[in-house]
Amino acid sequence: MSLDAAMPRATTPAILPGSGGLRGALSDLFWRRPQLLLLLMLLPPVLWLGIVYIGSLFALLLQSFFSIDEFSGLINREFTLKTYGDLLQAANLDIILRTVTMAALVTFASAVIAFPIAYYAARYARGRWKALFYLGVMLPLWSSYLVKIYAWKLILAKEGILTWLLAKLHLLWLLDAWLSLPIVGGNSLSVSSTGTFIVFVYVWLPFMILPVQAALERVPGNLVEASSDLGASPGQTFRNVLFPLALPGIVAGSIFTFSLTLGDYIIPQIIGTSRLFIGQAVYSQQGTAGNIPLAAAFTVVPIVIMGFYLWGAKRMGAFDAL
Amino acid sequence: MRSDRGQSAPIGLKLAATGGLLFLHLPILLIFVYAFTTEEKSFVWPPPGLTTQWFAITWNRPDVWQALSLSVRVAAISTAIALVLGTLCAAAVSRTKFFGRETISLLVILPIALPGIITGIALRSAFALAEIPFSFWTIVLGHATFCVVVVYNNAVARFRRTSGSMIEASMDLGADGFQTFRHVVLPNIATALLAGGMLAFALSFDEVIVTTFTAGQQQTVPIWMLEELIRPRQRPVTNVVAMVVVLVTLLPILAAYYLTRDGDQIAGSGK
Repeated sequence: MSLDAAMPRATTPAILPGSGGLRGALSDLFWRRPQLLLLLMLLPPVLWLGIVYIGSLFALLLQSFFSIDEFSGLINREFTLKTYGDLLQAANLDIILRTVTMAALVTFASAVIAFPIAYYAARYARGRWKALFYLGVMLPLWSSYLVKIYAWKLILAKEGILTWLLAKLHLLWLLDAWLSLPIVGGNSLSVSSTGTFIVFVYVWLPFMILPVQAALERVPGNLVEASSDLGASPGQTFRNVLFPLALPGIVAGSIFTFSLTLGDYIIPQIIGTSRLFIGQAVYSQQGTAGNIPLAAAFTVVPIVIMGFYLWGAKRMGAFDAL
Repeated sequence: MRSDRGQSAPIGLKLAATGGLLFLHLPILLIFVYAFTTEEKSFVWPPPGLTTQWFAITWNRPDVWQALSLSVRVAAISTAIALVLGTLCAAAVSRTKFFGRETISLLVILPIALPGIITGIALRSAFALAEIPFSFWTIVLGHATFCVVVVYNNAVARFRRTSGSMIEASMDLGADGFQTFRHVVLPNIATALLAGGMLAFALSFDEVIVTTFTAGQQQTVPIWMLEELIRPRQRPVTNVVAMVVVLVTLLPILAAYYLTRDGDQIAGSGK
C-alpha cells in the first residue's frame, strides 16, 4: 500500500537542490549560527512586551513616587513617599480591607461549588460526558464577561426572575430578611454586597474548576477505594485523602479567583453598593480625580498582595497543578 | 486497570455537580429569552409577551454597527500581531534552552496574570507621558499585548508534541530552513495556531477592562455594552446585542476546542 502511494514521487529527486541566492545564504547562515536565529526570533516579542508592557508598568510604578499638588491639581515630579502616606488613610485602608475580604469569600465559595463539579468530571465522567463537562466549563469561561454580568443584572433585579421564583415558593420573607441585614443587605439584591458576591463567584468559578479538576485527575481511584476498604467513612476519605491531594489545585485556582477579584472594577460598579473596591478607587483616582500618583500607588497594593500570595502558593506546590 | 469503571456516583455528588453546571449555564440562557421580550422599561420576569421586533431595530442602529466594526477590526489586527509574536516566542522557548528562558515565559504570561486594571492604567499613563493621542492603534497595542499569551500557550503545547527529529530529517534531505518551515513545521503547528488565533480573537472581541483605558472616545462592542449597563438607553437593544455577542464568541471557542482536542490543552487558564 504505502509503496504504491510513494511511487509517483519517485520521479522527483529525493534531495532537493540548494536554492542559492539571498534565501539560500540566509538559510545557511541560520543553520551555522543558531544563536542568531534564536535572537531574531526572540527580538520582536521581547521588544514588544518589553517596551509596551514592562515600560508602561515601570512608568506607572515611577509615578507612584510623584505627588499631586493639592491646590493646582498638577503633578509634582519629585521623588516623595507622600502618596504612599495618603494611601494609608483610614478611608483607603477600608477599601483595601473590603476588597481583600471579598476576594477571600469569593475564593472560598468558588472552591466549595467547584469541587463537586471537578470531582464528578475527573472520576465519574467518561467519553462523551467528559467532553461535555469540559465544554460545560470552557464555554462559560470564555463567553463574554459583560454579558455574564448583564445576565445577573436581569436575574437580581427587583422585578426579575429570582424574586419571581422566591414569590412562587413563598420564600419572599427570607429575601426581605436577608436584605434588611446591615453590610450584606440593601434595597434589592442588585444593589447589595450579596449581589456583588454572587456575580464574582459566578464569573470566576470556571477558573477554579479547571485546576481542581486537573489535580483530581491525578488522584488514582483505588486510593479512594483503599480508604473506604480500610473502614473510613466518605467524610473521612474526603478529609484525609481527597482534600489534601486536591489542595494544590484549589490553591492554583484561588490564584485566579483572588487576583481577578482584587483587580476588578466593573462588577462592583454595576451590581453592588456605592462602597468602593480597589479597582474602582484606582479608576476614579486616575479619571475624575486626576490623581495619577495615588492611582498608581493603589495598583501597587494588589501587586504586593499577589506577590505574597504567589510566593505562598508556590510553597504549597500549586504551580505544578496549573 | 481501574476497578471503579461502571460504578455510579453518589446521588449527592451528582446533584451538586449538576447544580453547579446549571448555575454556570442558566444565566446565559436567560439572555436569549430576554432578547424576545416585549417589555421595554424594566427587567420584568416572566416576559409579558414575545416579539422579534428588537432584532430589526437593532439592525438599523448605526452606533451598534460602528462598535461592531471597530471591535472586529481591532480583534483581527491584534490577533495577527499576537500570532506572529506568540509563535516566534513559542518556537524560541521550546526549541532551545537559553539563559533567561523562564523570564521570557513569565514576561509573556504577566499581562494576563496581573489584574487587567493594572495593564490598562499602565498603558494609559504611558500614552499620557509619551503624549500619544488615543486612536485605533492604542487599542490594538493593548489587545495584542495580552493576546500573545493565548497563541503562545497553544503553540508551545504543540511544539512540545512535535518531534525535533522531523526537522532534522527535513534538513538532512536537503531542505533549507525556509522550506523546512513551510513544509514541515507549519503543517504541524497550523491547527494549534488556528485555535490560538480564534481564542485570541474571542479574547480581544470581549475585552473591556484594558480597553476602557486605551480607547478614549471610541466604542468597541464591550464598551458600548458597558455604557448601556451604566446608563441604560434602550434595554431591548442591549438584550439583542448581548445575545449576538454570546453567539459570536461561542463559535470560535467551539472551533478551537475541536481543533486541539487531540491531547493538548486549550489555553484555558488565565483569561
